[in-house]
Amino acid sequence: MKKLLTSTALMFAMGLPALAQEYTPDPAAAPGGNIVVTYKDDVATLDPAIGYDWQNWSMIKSLFDGLMDYVPGTTDLRPGLAESYEISDDGLTYIFNLRPGVLFHNGREMTAEDVKYSLDRVTNPETLSPGAGFFASIAGYDAMSDGSATSLSGVTVIDPLTVSITLSRPDATFLHVMALNFASVVPQEAVEAANGDFGKMPVGTGAFSLDEWVIGQRLVFAKNENYWRAGVPYLDAVTFEVGQEPVVALLRLQNGEVDVPGDGIPPAKFTEVMGDPAQAAQVIEGGQLQTGYITLNVTMPPFDNVAVRQAVNMAINKERIVQIINGRAVPATQPLPPSMPGYTEGYAGYPFDPEAAKAMLADAGFADGFETDLYVMNTDPNPRIAQAIQQDLSSIGITANILSLAQANVIEAGGAGTAPMIWSGGMAWIADFPDPSNFYGPILGCAGVVEGGWNWSRYCVPALDELATAADSITDPAMMDERMSKWSDVYMSVMEDAPWVPVFNEQRYTMRSPRMGGAEELYVDPVSIPVNYDYVYVTE
Amino acid sequence: MAGYLLRRLVQSALILLGVSFITYFLLFILPADPVRQIAGRAATAETVANIREQLGLDQPFLVQYSRYLAGLFQGDLGRSYLQRTEVSTLIGARLPATLQLMAAGIATELVLGLSMGVAAALTRGKALDNSLMITSFVTVSAPQFVVSLLLLYVFAVKLGWFPIGGYGTFAHIVLPALTLGLLGSGWYSRMMRSSMVEVLRTDYIRTARAKGLTRARVILRHALPNAVLPVIAMIGIDIGIFMGGIVVVESVFGWPGIGQLAWQAIQRVDIPIIMGVTLVSAAAIVIGNLLADLIAPFIDPRIKLR
Repeated sequence: MKKLLTSTALMFAMGLPALAQEYTPDPAAAPGGNIVVTYKDDVATLDPAIGYDWQNWSMIKSLFDGLMDYVPGTTDLRPGLAESYEISDDGLTYIFNLRPGVLFHNGREMTAEDVKYSLDRVTNPETLSPGAGFFASIAGYDAMSDGSATSLSGVTVIDPLTVSITLSRPDATFLHVMALNFASVVPQEAVEAANGDFGKMPVGTGAFSLDEWVIGQRLVFAKNENYWRAGVPYLDAVTFEVGQEPVVALLRLQNGEVDVPGDGIPPAKFTEVMGDPAQAAQVIEGGQLQTGYITLNVTMPPFDNVAVRQAVNMAINKERIVQIINGRAVPATQPLPPSMPGYTEGYAGYPFDPEAAKAMLADAGFADGFETDLYVMNTDPNPRIAQAIQQDLSSIGITANILSLAQANVIEAGGAGTAPMIWSGGMAWIADFPDPSNFYGPILGCAGVVEGGWNWSRYCVPALDELATAADSITDPAMMDERMSKWSDVYMSVMEDAPWVPVFNEQRYTMRSPRMGGAEELYVDPVSIPVNYDYVYVTE
Repeated sequence: MAGYLLRRLVQSALILLGVSFITYFLLFILPADPVRQIAGRAATAETVANIREQLGLDQPFLVQYSRYLAGLFQGDLGRSYLQRTEVSTLIGARLPATLQLMAAGIATELVLGLSMGVAAALTRGKALDNSLMITSFVTVSAPQFVVSLLLLYVFAVKLGWFPIGGYGTFAHIVLPALTLGLLGSGWYSRMMRSSMVEVLRTDYIRTARAKGLTRARVILRHALPNAVLPVIAMIGIDIGIFMGGIVVVESVFGWPGIGQLAWQAIQRVDIPIIMGVTLVSAAAIVIGNLLADLIAPFIDPRIKLR
């Protein structure tokens, strides 16, 4: 990939984490123009406390800002509405110094009171925010959660431009949490004026403001002329057209009517597009913080036997599964995707060796194999992938019955702990923020082993939980390598116990019209999917 | 007449009540939890319990249903779980598009279907009849997705006569209406043909011919009004289908109708929207049938509404 972006790491005084502070704007960028982005589904909501799907995530990012942000096209943190911050020596208190003169779309200046209000709002149970749990390390969260408080005791306004946040435990991921959409700063008066419909009438400080929303048809974002980051956004407007079939969106792209098909290239068209040099030139490929895996329920015989789980790991032909999805992924060796910090370089994972797997099964007392159920979501390509898994398993004597169900039903079975095997496709874990802890707690840690939890393997090793907690208590930036090595140890232990078969890491493919400009990284931005709207531009 | 209307209206209300009960019950026993969809994957058990309580989903079925019904009687369809907005707003925003496409689709299928059926009946057993009936067979069995894409590709992408999907002007409605018209015309032409063939065999047609009326007059004045009657009843059912589920045509042409809303809601277990759309389309079927029955006496004076 071209390296048009340069990031400058600035070391702050007082032992602050290395921060990629600045982003060098593209010299070729010209302001102006309007792009059209299409989606099949309606936009559910633009309320940053509520929105939690891959479609509205990037839209909300462009309407709102949080205290922290990412350098465009990267996973490097940079300050957002906070101009700078200080962390106390014990890692428990964060003081954020806000940028002066930042205006909300309604013209009012943003202050520390708004930061406090926004955090209180997202953690208030009445808001029904799916992201409330991310703020659990802030002091006073528990009192908010059980309804005994209406304000977070850990968040204090020091003066209009300074806010202090105290944590109840050290949390190395806290700055990432403050960069989540859920931590966006919203103006109280606009939330109240919307009377429950803030998701349809969003007001933020972001690069764009919502200009028009015709339900079921389109949303128009208009450039925020007063945006506090100088020089951006380049585009005058972004129009999101909803209700558009991906195949038709592709036709319209070829006809020059669409700039970015938001749902990507439909699987049925992928080979055709990539086989045509003219079209393939408009496609940008990038990594994704995603892993597709098979869960093996460690509480259900015979998967309670580690040798059986390891044998299954060796029986799956990952290369072939990657071929089934037209090569839109790379085979996975471990739970973390390669672009995630903490990924163990050089670890090759379990080899594909059906003979050895068969021998292991025989040693474990299953020479004649056994019968089990494989749950899978019923949309293409997942049933086809499940069939490949079924064949691989039958080669070592395991008969897997495929249960192909609607997404909600598979999630239900996983959460109830009644599924021996689940192929995670269509529900696979995509990181909320680029940190290894995000792949552990809910899906491999003991906390996820509850009714309705996401730890579908029911894998729970208290010693690993302790190691994970120890890793996340390291907030000293000088010790980041040690933290990452601890995380690497966690995932290597997981691999030994083999509660999962990591199958592949999906790649992302974004297609754009020829008139669109900007660094390729912006089109496969790890946090703004599909595109970082604030920094792309049009050339005509 | 007034008594009949009143009785039918009460009946319709009972049918809708039944539909609402069955749908609500089916959604209640569905092994998919809407709360988990709302709570998201980061949620703790506590958050899930809190959401369940706030939405009243921790209550027994009859309590939940009667609450829903109480709202319904006050004209409140509830709030969408995931879009966090009034269901009536969401349906209302899409209703005009649905009604337009419905009217255009039904008009197209009637024009195509009835004329094909009449032509086939008049040329019974001949080449035209055979080819028309084969055509109707093809249109009945052709998949919506393929026909929509084919029409879109040929007339919008290649020839550029119409916009590639979208909503707003007359040009936008032509292709989706034509798709629906073609697909629906198969049923109408077959029904119209058999109905017409039957009528042409009756004594009064023979009498009409015998008294020397022109062929055109026999067909238009005597045969057609009688033959078209059973076909009218189908329109009522069509209204229901069009109100509830033309998802495929809507998505290919980017038509902002109710079908898309229903489809998305089903995938996300957004119960208030599913209920709302089901009730609206059920009401449309009921009203459509009622209208068909009310029109019948005007076409055939022998029918008395009692």
